[in-house]
Amino acid sequence: MLNRIHQTALTAFFVLAGLVPAAAAQRGQPSPWEINFQPAATPIMEFIETFHNWLLVIITLIMVFVTVMLGYCMYAFSAKRNPKPSKVTHNTPLEIVWTVVPVLILVGIAIPSFRLLYDQLTVPKSDLTVKATGTAQWTWTYAYPDNGGFSFDSNMLKDNELKPGQPRLLAVDNELVVPVNKIVRVQVTGEGIIHSWSVPSFGVKIDAVTGRLNETWFKAEHEGIYYGQCSQLCGKNHAYMPIAVRVVSEKDFAAWLDQAKKKYSAVPGLAPGNVASAAETARQ
Amino acid sequence: MAYAAAHADHHNPTGIRRWLFSTNHKDIGTLYLIEAIFAGVLGGLFSAAMRAELAEPGVQFFHSAHAFNAIATAHGVIMIFFMIMPALIGGFGNWFVPLMIGAPDMAFPRMNNVSYWFLIAALLLLVISMFVPGDAEGMGFAGGWTIYPPLSSKAGQPGPAMDCVIFALHLAGASSILGAINFITTILNMRAPGMTLHKMPLFVWSILVTAFLLLLALPVLAGAITMLLTDRNFGTTFFDPQGGGDPLLFQHLFWFFGHPEVYILVLPAFGVVSQVISTFSKKPVFGYLGMAYAMVAIGAIGFVVWAHHMYTVGMSFPAQAYFMVATMVIAVPTGIKVFSWIATMWGGSIEFKTPMLWAIGFIFLFTLGGVTGVVLSNAGVDRSLHDTYYVIAHFHYTMSLGATFGIFCAWYYWFPKMTGYLYSEFLGKLHFWLTFVGVNMVFFPQHFLGLSGMPRRYVDYPDAFAGWNMVSSIGAAISTVGLFVFLYAIADAFLKKRKAADNPWGVGATTLEWTVSSPPPFHTFETLPRIK
Repeated sequence: MLNRIHQTALTAFFVLAGLVPAAAAQRGQPSPWEINFQPAATPIMEFIETFHNWLLVIITLIMVFVTVMLGYCMYAFSAKRNPKPSKVTHNTPLEIVWTVVPVLILVGIAIPSFRLLYDQLTVPKSDLTVKATGTAQWTWTYAYPDNGGFSFDSNMLKDNELKPGQPRLLAVDNELVVPVNKIVRVQVTGEGIIHSWSVPSFGVKIDAVTGRLNETWFKAEHEGIYYGQCSQLCGKNHAYMPIAVRVVSEKDFAAWLDQAKKKYSAVPGLAPGNVASAAETARQ
Repeated sequence: MAYAAAHADHHNPTGIRRWLFSTNHKDIGTLYLIEAIFAGVLGGLFSAAMRAELAEPGVQFFHSAHAFNAIATAHGVIMIFFMIMPALIGGFGNWFVPLMIGAPDMAFPRMNNVSYWFLIAALLLLVISMFVPGDAEGMGFAGGWTIYPPLSSKAGQPGPAMDCVIFALHLAGASSILGAINFITTILNMRAPGMTLHKMPLFVWSILVTAFLLLLALPVLAGAITMLLTDRNFGTTFFDPQGGGDPLLFQHLFWFFGHPEVYILVLPAFGVVSQVISTFSKKPVFGYLGMAYAMVAIGAIGFVVWAHHMYTVGMSFPAQAYFMVATMVIAVPTGIKVFSWIATMWGGSIEFKTPMLWAIGFIFLFTLGGVTGVVLSNAGVDRSLHDTYYVIAHFHYTMSLGATFGIFCAWYYWFPKMTGYLYSEFLGKLHFWLTFVGVNMVFFPQHFLGLSGMPRRYVDYPDAFAGWNMVSSIGAAISTVGLFVFLYAIADAFLKKRKAADNPWGVGATTLEWTVSSPPPFHTFETLPRIK
């Protein structure tokens, strides 16, 4: 334990000092010692990243300014250096400046922020619609209403089920599969409980609220597997219901779709939950 | 003779009559402070347990995720309702509002007593809730301090633990509402001759604004949890879509209370810090009126920004855009406060006594938490950060550390006045540095964890998050040592009995409490002071 603490302290110091880069960031999942967002995989996430970098510059400058002022006061106006305190308690021009300047800074933040918000909340004409249902059994059920409405459950892999290279607590048995460079509309709802469907590298997070149908969208620009985790406290398995999205080429998607339709043979007229159990039977 | 004895008894009660039936604002303040120290140690140990669990990936210390979440929930509820609020409002508010405005006592002394004992009953109910069944997984309510249904409704938490939590919040809320009425009446009606509103010390201003926030926000919480109670027990469906209700209604009601609540926690700390900065810089507060009305503005705007806690629930663009702008506006009065504190120090003759260190630490931490608040106010960025450790870091820097540093600042500032003894400067400064280094190590790396996507309220996390979690846990160990130094410093002061002067801080301490003896007589200001 002590050895580990020692090692941790050293690594943290070197990462912060910029002497050692945090481990090469992996697309779609967190990396050790990461100090910023996971690499972006969608235009929205790129926008969030750019905008956040802009915010980071502003807040760092403010923080540096306040710290320097505090430090200067502590140095120059200590009782030792300045035994006789001044009696100044008002300076109207100064007070106007420190009210107006923050307002201007906030306007500079709000304008790009509105743009980002608008882009996030306006779902463009979509190429594919999928539906994610967070269930009371801490499972994500994915349905493909455009393609016959088949659906399947996605559960976290237990430690003994992991294949080499699969991340613990993130890898699942059945990923949500979507084509690359297509606009995917995600409808999200909850069954009896509130969860939140989130994929950090897509810049997407939307609550799965029981009794409501929410929607969001993403356009993944790189193939690969992207992980997220449930982001609304939902009980004992809150930490164990990850979200995994496999982004594949259009050709592979068509092939997967064919296979999936057979595998999860949709039974018309059944609710998604029942379809999932039907799929369970079909798999056996 | 009998009358004389009863009369003397009435004025200088002892034992049970003094401490159980207390109607004296100083005694009740002391009781509140003792309760807050007890609750703070309990809540602090809970956080140490959580950081121990999270030091390394995997589940090591807790026997289940339920137990972890129950402890996390209790940590939140205890720290907010039973540590910060009782310390700042019940404790220092009771002690120093009457002294600072030159009033002999609070307006309603018996109501003051019942406020306190309601709080103890509430704390007992909360502790009981941890030992009765929550859900099938175990004891205690594990749904977070935000108690969102359906996790807190009958389906999510069938056991009696949740009902105990609801009653605990009802009683704590009633306690605070009574306290708020008492403070408002005292401050508006019982100021000494010449003590106009615009001459009141900023600590009294902060308690006045806080009392109005309590009075307006807590009834909404009471309503929401009563609806939850009837949903759970009497078959109503306010929050159940199957009966035409909506779980989001609860979230709106909760945050309509919850957002003013964060200002309830931090505004009194603003007041304390203003007094301390002014005292130790030996200068009056810079821009007094701006400081007072900035608090009023923060309180008022605090009521119209609640849904920035709910950007991911599926609100429309106009709704999110509105809450974003309204939230950003709060940064302006907050900025005025920070700059005015610095301007108060500017040109001063600063003594770096322990309370001043806590006050400067407060400004640094609060500003850091404030700027991340500006980041989070942007709905588009919050999409990535909502419910991650970034939020944990943000709110601990602002309201938790802000309020806690305010409490310790007040503790060391008024300790000589309350007890008549001097604390040890060495121990006070050691306590400060351990806490300052510790909490920054706990919470600064949590920004990184949140940015890279680590969700909050998790008992276990993917291995990639291990590094910063370990750093954070080491910080928690350091600040826990600080907690024990704090307790040792109290014991030290009472054992060594170094007598404190009526005004141990010198020319900078200009408020009325420094004109009475240390400790003050049982009854103060029997002849009202006149303020020029």
